[in-house]
Amino acid sequence: MDYKKIDAGDVEYLISVLGSERVFTNEQINDDFSHDEMGGISRKPDVLVEVLTTEEVSKIMKYAYAHKIPVVARGSGTGLVGASVPVYGGIMINMSKMNRILEIDEENLTLTLEPGVLLMELSAFVEEHDLFYPPDPGEKSATIAGNINTNAGGMRAVKYGVTRDYVRGLEVVLPNGEILEVGGKVVKNSSGYSIKDLICGSEGTLGIVTKAILKLIPLPKKAISLLIPFPSLDMAIGTVPEIVKSKAAPTAIEFMQREVILAAEEYLGKKFPDNSSDAYLLLTFDGNIRDEIEQAYEKVADICLKEGACDVFIVDTDERKDSVWSARGAFLEAVKASTTDMDECDVVVPRNKVAEFIKFTHELQDRFQVRIRSFGHAGDGNLHVYVLKDALSEDAWKKKLSEVFEAMYSKSRELSGLVSGEHGIGFAKKAYMLEQYSHEYVELMKNIKLAFDSRNILNPGKIFQ
Amino acid sequence: MDILVCIKQVPDTSKVEVDPVTGVLKRDGVDSKMNPYDLYALETALRIKEQQGGLVKVITMGPPQAKEVIKEAYMMGADEGTLITDRKFAGADVLATSYTISQGVRKMGGFDLILCGKQTTDGDTAQVGPEMGEYLGIPHITNVLKIIDIKEKSMIVEMDMPDTIEVAEIQFPCLITVEKDIFQPRLPSYKRKLTAKDKEIRILTINDLDDKDEMKYGLNGSPTQVERIFPPSVNKDREIWTGTGDKLSLQMASKLRELKFI
Repeated sequence: MDYKKIDAGDVEYLISVLGSERVFTNEQINDDFSHDEMGGISRKPDVLVEVLTTEEVSKIMKYAYAHKIPVVARGSGTGLVGASVPVYGGIMINMSKMNRILEIDEENLTLTLEPGVLLMELSAFVEEHDLFYPPDPGEKSATIAGNINTNAGGMRAVKYGVTRDYVRGLEVVLPNGEILEVGGKVVKNSSGYSIKDLICGSEGTLGIVTKAILKLIPLPKKAISLLIPFPSLDMAIGTVPEIVKSKAAPTAIEFMQREVILAAEEYLGKKFPDNSSDAYLLLTFDGNIRDEIEQAYEKVADICLKEGACDVFIVDTDERKDSVWSARGAFLEAVKASTTDMDECDVVVPRNKVAEFIKFTHELQDRFQVRIRSFGHAGDGNLHVYVLKDALSEDAWKKKLSEVFEAMYSKSRELSGLVSGEHGIGFAKKAYMLEQYSHEYVELMKNIKLAFDSRNILNPGKIFQ
Repeated sequence: MDILVCIKQVPDTSKVEVDPVTGVLKRDGVDSKMNPYDLYALETALRIKEQQGGLVKVITMGPPQAKEVIKEAYMMGADEGTLITDRKFAGADVLATSYTISQGVRKMGGFDLILCGKQTTDGDTAQVGPEMGEYLGIPHITNVLKIIDIKEKSMIVEMDMPDTIEVAEIQFPCLITVEKDIFQPRLPSYKRKLTAKDKEIRILTINDLDDKDEMKYGLNGSPTQVERIFPPSVNKDREIWTGTGDKLSLQMASKLRELKFI
């Protein structure tokens, strides 16, 4: 694509808007800004800027639009598909300093905040007010705007849904620099196309979120988890449809295997409360009264024992929750630390196909002689399957990875699944998404992009490009 | 080997509020749980039992609802449980409490080893364990980090002292209090919950004890006078270091060592 190269004049303009202390070039740009947590791609922006206000973002976009300079907005850079990597260079806008919580509205149950607020800050803040923001992706140091842009899911999706379900309104700077407000504090909205819902999950390609209004719900007062050991993964995952059918409504149904638990123990230097079984389900129930939660979990515990669980362990106090969930939270990092490199498949399949898909990845492990690890959200069908490089050479790894991925994505299509459950398409998963969607679907997406960004300057080279 | 574990029911919250006027802890609506430090003592006992055989018994002192904490111990694998409860025990300080429990222990029979958590999360005194050892006339070691060896008549342990870590051998019968993280406590089992539903919990009142002198129990037997209860001030002290990565990593490592985190 034909973009203007950043020159001294462009940098001068940016300094005139932001001051020299918030504009970085060349060696001043930390290497961290050239990549995310995994996309398999890296490139530094030509210039990195820090913004503090919507007006600054608007001025930068107006300038970039007029001069046809590519722009990428970045939060914490915790993505996994290279969506925030500036593959065409240009300007990177670091949004993480716009991180103020602006208003908690207890009459409308909404929270208004800037894009750079971290998920962990957000949840701690609202919980102090006895309110709850349910989306709960594993990466708590992600920014809220990053979550909105990938439509992040997380563990509580089984009961509460995903990020999009909790976005009420957005302030967005469009690629041409105009500022647009979409949605609001209203609960219902049938007023034309929902632009807000298009922005959610658009991976920074349609606009830059500069403010968000989130929906909150009353904080459930108590939560109890169950850690359920099974003799085999098949048996564990095979039990999930029975749990769903019981209508006991757990907030999370996670599955994990012994080898991932052992990796987490080593990574954290801390023992998991039990590692004697091959496979585990981890369920959480929430509510306001202990007895009511106990009733719900006992029903599920009985189902699990009937289906062949070795036991059902009760995770009911802060210490116990910490011992289990701190390990669960470290799985990704632990698997990463156990190998030289890895890549991830984040497919989502119908919930009753999870067992079949996981079994298939085990076959692939043998067929391709490569280590594959998985854990994930058995309750919503979103799997995280990691292919590990270990001692393979770079070339052998690339080749093997593409074969294994091809096999997994075609299996997912066969099961009526989709390419990404919650990590997005970004740069790394474009080919697999294009294989799945029809020409019409892709054309529609392209035309939407064109309607927002006729000069294609905002995060180019992503999703379908 | 017969092991006794002393456990206590404490409020299930880290944010107990104190009534600013009366100075009394507000416990309404707060669930109870086993004192987190006692989980390590119970886990230690269960592991020794798995290795050496014998029985793990638990004892607690508290109001009738403290039965729940014994049920929790059953769900983790304890074999027998006793609750010492009597209105006359109310208001006991550490001295009266350790005397009462030691009286109860005498009624439960002989033990090779008595295990306690290093302290409770509500009282935080860390005194009841060793005071019980004194009343029972047995040797005791506090703040045990690790059990190195269990012999026929003694055990060798590592204990955490203010500036040093010492290795000591102690003869049975004895009492030790264990540090957090000596072992990762197991989780309560739903299967055990089902089987232990009707399991007996032995109750001891003042009438069951050898010493029935009411002046030694509860408020009467407590020389401690509580003048005021107030929430601790929050310590938000922070140190900020600047320097090169090399220098800071060394500084960090020596600080962590000084604090005994590593």
